[in-house]
Order: sequence, then structure tokens, then C-alpha cells
Amino acid sequence: MTGTPLIEVEDLRIDLDDGSRRVAAAESISFRIDRGETFGLVGESGCGKSITALALIGLLRQPLQIGGGVIRFDGREIQHLSAAAQRDLRGNRIAMIFQEPMTALNPVSPVGRQIAEMFVLHKGKSWREANQLAVEALASVRVPAPERRVNDYPHQLSGGMRQRVMIAIALACGPDLLIADEPTTALDVTVQAEIIELMRNLCAERGTAILMISHDLGLVANVCRRVAVMYAGRIVEERGSADIFRAPSHPYTQGLVDSLPRLGSRAALGRNRLKEIAGVVPAITNFPAGCRFNPRCAQATDICRTVAPEATLLEAGGFVRCHHHA
Amino acid sequence: MKLRANLIIGGALFALAIVVGVLAPWLAHTDPVLDANLMNAEEPPSWTWWFGTDDQGRDIYSRVVYGARVSLTVGIASQLINSVIGVALGLSAGYWGGWWDDFVNALTNVMLAIPSLIFALAIMAVLGPGLTSLLIALGLTNWSFTCRIARASALSLRSQGYVQAATVLGYGDLRIMITQLLPNMLGPIVVIGTLGMGSAVLSEAALSFLGLGVRPPFPSWGSMLSDARDQITTAPWLSVFPGLAIFLTVLGLNLLGDGLRDILDPQSRSRRT
Ligand SMILES: Nc1ncnc2c1ncn2[C@@H]1O[C@H](COP(=O)(O)OP(=O)(O)O)[C@@H](O)[C@H]1O
Ligand code: SF4
Ligand SMILES: [Mg+2]
Repeated sequence: MTGTPLIEVEDLRIDLDDGSRRVAAAESISFRIDRGETFGLVGESGCGKSITALALIGLLRQPLQIGGGVIRFDGREIQHLSAAAQRDLRGNRIAMIFQEPMTALNPVSPVGRQIAEMFVLHKGKSWREANQLAVEALASVRVPAPERRVNDYPHQLSGGMRQRVMIAIALACGPDLLIADEPTTALDVTVQAEIIELMRNLCAERGTAILMISHDLGLVANVCRRVAVMYAGRIVEERGSADIFRAPSHPYTQGLVDSLPRLGSRAALGRNRLKEIAGVVPAITNFPAGCRFNPRCAQATDICRTVAPEATLLEAGGFVRCHHHA
Repeated sequence: MKLRANLIIGGALFALAIVVGVLAPWLAHTDPVLDANLMNAEEPPSWTWWFGTDDQGRDIYSRVVYGARVSLTVGIASQLINSVIGVALGLSAGYWGGWWDDFVNALTNVMLAIPSLIFALAIMAVLGPGLTSLLIALGLTNWSFTCRIARASALSLRSQGYVQAATVLGYGDLRIMITQLLPNMLGPIVVIGTLGMGSAVLSEAALSFLGLGVRPPFPSWGSMLSDARDQITTAPWLSVFPGLAIFLTVLGLNLLGDGLRDILDPQSRSRRT
């Protein structure tokens, strides 16, 4: 089984079809995540991270849809599965937590019940067993006094506690893959670190792979073994986390690394780079021809404005999509 | 929490009506149907005959007490049917959208265009008089407001984070509607339901008054009014007491509905917590 990756995305395209025209909101998306691996997807807001995640769990809805490519989960193509078969995967083998712990829980249902429902839904447990398991699940995310807390309603919990409950719900059925879409963006910085640590430890213990999505390269590189950087609907670079920090290959990644507030060797060497990447993210209906980063790229040449760069494999592993990569 | 007067008074009146209906066999002085005695015909209210007697010598008090059973059964049961229909249609229409939503909307508009009592009359004309027909007729004709509210709530709730989270966690549509949407729209549905019960009690009275309700001689408040209409000047107590019973029950339900709205209204709720 070591040969088959847990999830494998090949040349995925996501179309935005508003009736009058059809544009690719994301294209040429390819990556694989092995069992128990931590993989990050990074990029500015609007670059297509969330829709990629939704495509994986079969939840793209009008006006978005899969326009091509293959998604293989555990060796099986899942992009054309029936609604019922996709529902069986969701929450059971692929779980997801979101940015907003404040709104992701049902306000009129005790949190214990919301955890227990997962066991009833996916594991066919009786409510009695499920309630017992819910207490254990709450204990596993280090919520104090779980046997009392199960009766609490979401509004009685802090943001951090709610995100713990969300993690308990997501991990309840022992999924193979946890997708975390900006899981801590809405939380205090101190709570953020706790939640990330908890998520990482629990997944490591259980062998659950993580697909971590964030606009924060520092956070993702910290958690994940490998990182893919996304720009305007394409993955522009995919590398090991350490490599991407040490020697970012794509001009956009270089910009991201340089804009991070840290005392790196680069700054010490006195290299004079912009701290922020100049220019704006292009609108989805108005992507530039050729390399989509070319209007903002200092290294851009004529070819960049006409020909979209193919992925070039790097010796150290990973790939980059740039005509003049470092 | 401050309990409001309308909630207390309305709740008390409704509770009183229910207690009277349930305990009718113990509260009544005589059998409402069998204890006719022409010797006692048309007695005005007195210590012996609290609410007087009718032209057959039957005790009006006992008949009013038993009449509560019919009024409340019809009021509660028919409104339950309405609520179930309205919620099922409105919730699914708002959640699913598409052609189903268009269909439900059209159906609701048709229902709103026809006065529900006229519609109920038509159904009664087909089914014939009787308690069951009454329940069906009133239960099928007054769900449009519930449906509208359920649809609007479902529309606004379906984009809530927890509904989307449930989708992501593999909940099926039915489970989402029942566990995520329904509990979060229950407040307004209960309010509408309570007010609807009041109007169902009135409709029952109206249909029974027209002779389409519960068959005589068994008493319902509406049929008692109907029987009493020829003697409204000679024996006013025959109309006053059943009329008062209807008035107080409907008043109670309306006050209760208003009171529930005050405490269940999402805005006043968020102000409290
Ligand atoms: N439901 C939708 N309808 C139309 N456009 C959408 C929808 N969801 C996302 N998009 C567009 O798709 C692009 C990618 O969005 P998203 O994946 O949410 O970005 P992010 O990387 O911030 O998660 C954006 O340009 C966004 O405007
Ligand atoms: S392909 Fe050209 S424009 Fe695009 S990132 Fe590389 S150098 Fe810059
Ligand atoms: Mg996003």
C-alpha cells in the first residue's frame, strides 16, 4: 500500500460558469498527499484554495464545477462518484474544519450531541454509545470536564474551545485526511498556536494526513512537510517546507518569503528586496496571458507575457512553474 | 427573564380550556346529550343550572364543558397538520430551491388567494359533515403562512456556517433539514402555530354553525350557537356561554402567540444573551 498516495490530484480544472461565460477559476492543479503526511496550500485570498478543497470533497456548487482532471482517493477516482457515495466519504474518511468556529456549530444543539451525531451518522452507533464516545472525543481535544461540557451550547464556549469541538467533530470518525481551511484565522494569536499544536499532535497520533490551507506561509511551513504555493488559480511552486524557506524558486514565492516578518539570512546578507509584492492580484475574469504573475514580476520577459510556463521538476524534489526560475 | 402579561394570561386561558376539556366527565353536572328533560326546558342561569338549559332541558354548562373537547381537538389537531405541511413544504423549498421552490411558491400563492374558510367549506361539501372531515378540511387549508415563514427561514439559514459544516461532515439533506434548519426556525413556527390554533377554533365554530361540523346532538361551541340562533332574544344564555367560551379560548391563544413571539423572536433573544 505504500505506493498508492492517499489523495492524488491530476490536472484538475475548476470552471466558473455564470451562464454567459465560462472561465477557469483554477487549472492544472496537481498534487499528492501520502498517508499521514502534512501538506500545505498557500496563497493570497481569492487564488482558489478553498474551491480546490471543495472540489476534493465533492462540494462545488453552481456556478462552480469541476471542468476536468482526476481526483483519486485511496486509489479510487472520486470526482464522478454519486452524491451518496461522496457523502459517505465526507466526515467519515475526509473531514474538514473551517475558519469560523463561531458559526460552524449549530447554536441550538448541545456540543456533545453534535459530536455524537457523527458516530450515529457514519459508524451506525446507537445514541447511547455515541454520547459516550462524544465525551471521549471531547476529552481527546483537551476540553476540561468533558462529561459536563458535552451539555454546553456553543455560545457558552470561547472561540478556542469551539474550534476544539470542531476538531473533535472532524476527527470523530478517524478520517484519513483532515482538510483545515484557514482553521485559526479568526482566533487570537496565542490560541492559534495551541489549536495548531493540538491538531498536529492528534493527527500524528492517529496517522491522519493534513491538508492545511492558509494565506500565511509561515504558519503552513511550520506545520507541513511539503507546501504548494498557489497564485491566480495555478500552483506555481511545490517544495519541501524547509527548501521553500531556504531557497524559494518562483519569484512569487520569493516575494512571499521576503514579506514574512523574520530575521533570516537573506535580510542579514543585506539583499535589497521589496518587503511587499507590488501590484494587485488579477481578477478571475481578467487573468493576464502567459504567466499570470508577469504584471507583478520583476524578472518578467517577453516570453512570460505570451507563454504559460510548464512545471519544471527541481533536483531537490518538487516543481516550479516559471520561465526564469532560480 | 421578565414574564409578560400576555404570556401569562394567554397561557392561563389556554390551559384552562385544556383542563376543562380533559376533565369534562368530572366537571360536567349532567350528560351533555342524554340528560334531556323537557320539564327543565329553557331555564335561565341559576344555582342549579349555572349556564341555564336549552329547549330540550339539557344543561348548557355541561354542554359547554364537553364542547371544549371538540373545539380544542379540532383546533390543536388541524393546526398540527397545517404546521407539518407548511414546514415540510416551506423548509424543503427554501433549502432545495429550483423547480420545487417555484412549485411550492405557486401552490402557496394559490392557497393565499382563496379564503381558507371557503376552501374548507368546499372540502367539507365533498367529505360530508363530521369531526374527521372537519380535521381534514381545516388541516389542509391553513398552512400558507407557516410555509412562507419556513421557506424564508430556510433560505436565510442554509448559508449559515453550521449548515455548510454539516454538509461537509457528510450529513444528508433530510438530516440537515431536521437537525440544523428546523430547530433554528422553531420560534416563529410555534408563534404562527399558536395563532393558527385560535383561527382554527373560530373556523370550527363557523363550520359547525353552518351545520357542517360535529353532528348533533353531540355539543360543539359552534353547533350550540347555531342551535341557539332562533332563541337569541328569548333565551340569550344559549348563545352567550358558548360564545364566551369561543371568545376566551381564541383570545387566550392570540395572547399566548403574541407572548411567545416576544420571547422567541430572534432579535429579542439575542438582546437577552
Ligand atoms: N460561489 C462562488 N461563486 C462565484 N465565484 C466564486 C465562488 N466561490 C469562489 N469564487 C471565486 O473563485 C476564486 C477562488 O476563491 P477561493 O477558493 O474561495 O479563494 P481562497 O484562495 O481565498 O480560498 C475567487 O476569485 C472567488 O471570487
Ligand atoms: S514566468 Fe516570468 S513572469 Fe512568471 S514568475 Fe517566472 S519570471 Fe516572472
Ligand atoms: Mg478561502
